[in-house]
Amino acid sequence: MRSLLVFGVSAAFLFAGAASILAQDKPTDPQIAHIAYTAGEIDIEAAKLALDKAENQSVKDFAQSMLTDHQAVNEQALKLVKKLGVTPEDNPTSQSLVSAAGKTRDALSKLEGAAFDKAYIESEVAYHQQVNDALEDLLIPSAQNGELKSLLETGLKLFQGHQQHAEHVAAELK
Amino acid sequence: MTGLLLTRRHLLLSGGAAVLAASLPARAHNGTVHVTIENMEFRPAEVTAHGGETIEWVNRDRFPHTATVKGKWEVLIPPGTSASRQVQAGDSVNYYCRFHPNMKGRIVVATS
Repeated sequence: MRSLLVFGVSAAFLFAGAASILAQDKPTDPQIAHIAYTAGEIDIEAAKLALDKAENQSVKDFAQSMLTDHQAVNEQALKLVKKLGVTPEDNPTSQSLVSAAGKTRDALSKLEGAAFDKAYIESEVAYHQQVNDALEDLLIPSAQNGELKSLLETGLKLFQGHQQHAEHVAAELK
Repeated sequence: MTGLLLTRRHLLLSGGAAVLAASLPARAHNGTVHVTIENMEFRPAEVTAHGGETIEWVNRDRFPHTATVKGKWEVLIPPGTSASRQVQAGDSVNYYCRFHPNMKGRIVVATS
């Protein structure tokens, strides 16, 4: 919630309804796999939109990095669930993420130029903050399988890096 | 006889290399200092090199990384590849990965 306050009205609007990621009770491994994969897919779709619409070079570079990294992690996640024989299971947290992402996408689609760049980067800061909180507080502590936990821990370091990258670009735009 | 000599020389060489490796971590004996990137970290995080030597970063992650000194230089290291840069005298720097700024490293340029 702290990040929502910092990034003001636009980010609060973009992320209305997204704060329920921690509302779910302890998820199972198939649910955790689904949440992690869904979170990656959402950021891949946001990156594609940004590569299409962004004007600022640092914003474009950031979007390209999100596309490359999240695709790489999701490929690893798919290999792991296949190896473990786990079938990812849809759940209220994944559904809430998808629903919030739909609202964010609608809001971003209406913006152009510098307004789009700023709103996209701010939404990426807030989104990674939200996913990192969920990884730290809920998903990593709940994961039972050691390999799944280890992939989530790598994911956390990666996404913390993305959050800082987004913060650097957001500061550049000010 | 030749075989024996070769063996002995091998032992001497590998013994010498082991001593070198122990006293100068990450340093090969060809003027190249190696930094491995693994699991979102530069390892070792700090290396010491002399001017004219080369730093080689080996990226074992699945993600592209950079070694960046803001406003000065940047080396791009795609996943599964390596990239290098020659150390300039007096250029002791803190560097980071531009894509993941939580990854930090330091190059100390030795004066002697």
